[in-house]
Amino acid sequence: MSSTFFSPRRKDARNSWMRGFDPVITVSVSILLFIGALLVYAATKSWYGSVGLDPQYYLKRHVINIVIGLFLAFGTTVIDYRLLRAYTPIVWGIGVLGLLAVLLPGLGSTVNGAKAWISLPGGFQIQPAELAKISIIIGLSMILSDRAQGRDEPSHQDVAKALAISAIPIALILLQPDMGTVFIISASVVAMVAVSGAPSRWVAGLLIVALLGGFTAVKVGVLSEYQVKRLQSFVDPTADPQSSGYQLRQSRITVGSGGIVGKGLFNGPQTNGRFVPEQQTDFIFTVVGEELGFLGSSFILLLFLTILMRAFAIARKTQDPFGRMVCTGVIAWFAFQIFENIGMTMGLMPMTGVPLPFLSYGGSSMFANMIGIGLLQNIHARQRG
Amino acid sequence: MNQRTRLSLLVTQTLIISLMIALLGRLFYLQIGAGPKYRDAALSIQSRDIVTPATRGLIVDSSGVPLALNRVGLAVTVDRSILDRQEDKGVAVLKRTSKLLALTYQDVFRRTRLCGELPKSIQTGCWTGTRYQPIPITKDADPTKALQIIERGDLFPGIDAMPLAVRNYPGLAGVNAAHELGYVGPLTESDLAGAYSIGYYRSESIGKAGLELQYDKYLRGKPGIKTVIVDRKESVTSEARNTDPIPGNHLVTSLDVRLQSSTESALADAVARARSMGYRADSGAAIVMDVKTGRILSLASYPTYDPNIWEKGLTVQQAQDLFSDTKGVPALSRALQGLYAPASTFKAVSVVAAASAGYSLSATYSCPASVKVGNIDFQNFESKPQGTLTMKQAIAISCDTIWYKIAYDEWLRDGGLFPKSSAKDHFFTAANSFQMAKRTGIDLPSESLGRVPDREWKNNWFKQNKNYFCNYQTRAAKNELTPFLVALAKENCVDGDKIRGGDAVNFSIGQGDTVITPLKLTQMYAAIANGGTIWQPTVGQAIVGADGKVIREIAPTVLGKLTASKSTISFLHDALRQVVISGTGAGSFSGFPVPVSGKTGTAEVFGLNTNGTKKDNTSWFASFAPSDKPRYAVVMMVSQGGFGASTSAVGVRKIYQTLFGVVGSKVDPTKAIFPSGPPKIIPKISPTTKVKTS
Repeated sequence: MSSTFFSPRRKDARNSWMRGFDPVITVSVSILLFIGALLVYAATKSWYGSVGLDPQYYLKRHVINIVIGLFLAFGTTVIDYRLLRAYTPIVWGIGVLGLLAVLLPGLGSTVNGAKAWISLPGGFQIQPAELAKISIIIGLSMILSDRAQGRDEPSHQDVAKALAISAIPIALILLQPDMGTVFIISASVVAMVAVSGAPSRWVAGLLIVALLGGFTAVKVGVLSEYQVKRLQSFVDPTADPQSSGYQLRQSRITVGSGGIVGKGLFNGPQTNGRFVPEQQTDFIFTVVGEELGFLGSSFILLLFLTILMRAFAIARKTQDPFGRMVCTGVIAWFAFQIFENIGMTMGLMPMTGVPLPFLSYGGSSMFANMIGIGLLQNIHARQRG
Repeated sequence: MNQRTRLSLLVTQTLIISLMIALLGRLFYLQIGAGPKYRDAALSIQSRDIVTPATRGLIVDSSGVPLALNRVGLAVTVDRSILDRQEDKGVAVLKRTSKLLALTYQDVFRRTRLCGELPKSIQTGCWTGTRYQPIPITKDADPTKALQIIERGDLFPGIDAMPLAVRNYPGLAGVNAAHELGYVGPLTESDLAGAYSIGYYRSESIGKAGLELQYDKYLRGKPGIKTVIVDRKESVTSEARNTDPIPGNHLVTSLDVRLQSSTESALADAVARARSMGYRADSGAAIVMDVKTGRILSLASYPTYDPNIWEKGLTVQQAQDLFSDTKGVPALSRALQGLYAPASTFKAVSVVAAASAGYSLSATYSCPASVKVGNIDFQNFESKPQGTLTMKQAIAISCDTIWYKIAYDEWLRDGGLFPKSSAKDHFFTAANSFQMAKRTGIDLPSESLGRVPDREWKNNWFKQNKNYFCNYQTRAAKNELTPFLVALAKENCVDGDKIRGGDAVNFSIGQGDTVITPLKLTQMYAAIANGGTIWQPTVGQAIVGADGKVIREIAPTVLGKLTASKSTISFLHDALRQVVISGTGAGSFSGFPVPVSGKTGTAEVFGLNTNGTKKDNTSWFASFAPSDKPRYAVVMMVSQGGFGASTSAVGVRKIYQTLFGVVGSKVDPTKAIFPSGPPKIIPKISPTTKVKTS
């Protein structure tokens, strides 16, 4: 990795509105969005076609999501993020309200055992947890960067406050329960606290709490039956052949059968036979594995890594602690979500329902991801402070 | 940015890079390292093979008359996946179906259970295939009843009827041959996992016993396979390959249906005759072999069973009967699986031993009523003194005591209880020169191994049983604690590894621990008849393709030569002829126009029957004919059949009668089974070939 590639240059662009965009992130995300659209189409084309429905049904909706996402990213980029800081309590409050609404009977709908969606008229659904990620990151960033005069690091009080405001949405997501999102948000919180410069005791303590929490969750039975099943099938894929173990085994076989060059786009027999459930959303990476093979899969991993490394460079370059916090939060969120999703597809991680950023079908996740990218671009554009 | 922030950013970045590398590593393992494995797994998920079984090849006799063919039957099948989903697990449907087809519910229930679903003790008749294929409950349904089943799908859910190729043993000329033919059945899991699993498909039938098993790879053919690609809902999305079935090859055997049928009835007659004389006669075997090639011309075992019962759908009762003691265990082929003491038929071997030990075959020997061995008197048969006899006469009248004397003297010469390292062991050597302790190597499965109780065998036997004999009082069952057996155990505990004088004496007349199969004795007498060649017996003669082309001729194989000298063999020819002229076989063959040579045997059997009665003697007659130009060896054995002459020799005469075309006291060559020897030309194969009538 050359250091110039990953360190954004400040340049005087002729186009003023284009000035802020980091070209590497822009190009990488665009490629991912394009491939994602092809994958969603590949995952649903023959399925919908074979039952006489519009084979482009999912593709069309996905493209609409991408377009909305692009507007959101653009919007997030052009508004000065420092303005956001002023509205942080409102952003946070909206996030928590969404999470509360999901739990209300009649409003939230249950998919795969988690009450994570709000159904809207017209067959649309939104997933407040996705947008809550942004609320938490911004909320945490505000508190952890808001320093008393003369201090270079957050006080104990600040850290405690930050944990308190992230604990509330985490607890609400736990109630759904959506363990994948809880894992991703918790990891992001730990990373943000660490990068804020908070005393290392806090970081160490948080890591221990996270480990203990995970352990007791399994032991005491905080996890619902469906989650234990998913976790068990992670350990022993043959335990429940009809459900989660089946999914894990099928998904691993599908990825493995791709070989070096893959079966070719739209040509994966496992994908076309729909042997992996949810293959246009959470298991989209099986389509990558089968149809694009090792070469295509590693190319996608490389694109993700490029975006993340570029974001690290932005975090280092910016003078503004708030911007750095936001940047760290977004990096950790993307990184752990990518690892959890692809890791689950390949049997490295337990099965949880988190989509793969920029590739999976699903509006809420697409919007949140694009807002995340917009935040990165925004900070990059204003890094001189 | 303070130092801690800088460090934390670096740590987080390193962690994230590691996570991405972990993903890449896993990806490499799944797609490249284990890629081929997952590719196969994916293929088995996506593809379904639809198997069209190949037509199984015919099994015919040496003139082309079919012994096994294929017929179209109407099968009523059960789909377990539908039945199991019913509230009562399909009990009502099965009961209704059994009633309609006039079968017992118990049989139908068992036939539709996988073997693994039933406790070991009641597995007979269970389904050896899988749950996912249609399980036939009968292959011979009445068409009108099958139609009712198809029309009333509501009453018979999961039950279907379809035409199916059925293996059929037509039994032409009244032939049975169940033990040679064997049967076919569905593949089991262990067949699929076995060494030959490549090319096996679940819905196929394969040979399970007899020739059907032995020559399965030729008879089976290659099923047609249509591979289709399916999706998760099992709907077909495309077709990957489609091959037509290749019919199986035909097997031409050396059997002749007429001779086989007459051998079977001669054996059954012999058993009936023995029973009428008051013997138990529980089982028997009869074999006809071509002494010039070792080919088996007929082979019978008693009791037998209908070879079609498997394809008709074995009932629980039939399955039990096959292995039931009271029915005489019909499943067992006595000819190659039964082991019996050869008794006096063994004296042919003793002659070879005596000759090699230097005894003159033309000298005279005394045949007293008994010979003292150690301090025990060994009695002549029926304790009759016969005076002084030539060796030939001694064979003819089957004198035992002359052999006791020779065997005892030789045993002493070899060192007695303290054997010399240079012990000659003439008797054991002679027996081994006949390959008595080896299998004949016949092309039929599950042949038993005979036993020559020589020094090596005795040693091994002692090692295995020493503990038992030395602790006999505590280990033996109560009814085994008779004074005789206790004394015997005591003796065995001390020197059970030694060949004792009594052992040597018993061995010389084919008693004691010596046992062989009737097929082995046939092979031995064929070797004597042909001048000393030991042939591997064969039933299969040629493999003929579906197009009629001969694919493989199964050539006779020589396993070895007798070590006996020419003069010894020619003495044996004389002596065995004398048996039939003036000796123990004379009565049975009086007035028979074809010169026959042979030897009777009447073996004492120790132990009791299940009802507590003492076991009757084994009746043997081993022979070859014509004496001047031997062509056929014929052996009959009737277990618990009494005397060799009255039971078996008479039976053998009947077989020769058919073989040579004897009418009254004359030979009618036109009535002979093989007017010019067993056929060498491979016949044309057709399922409609008729039995030759002479």
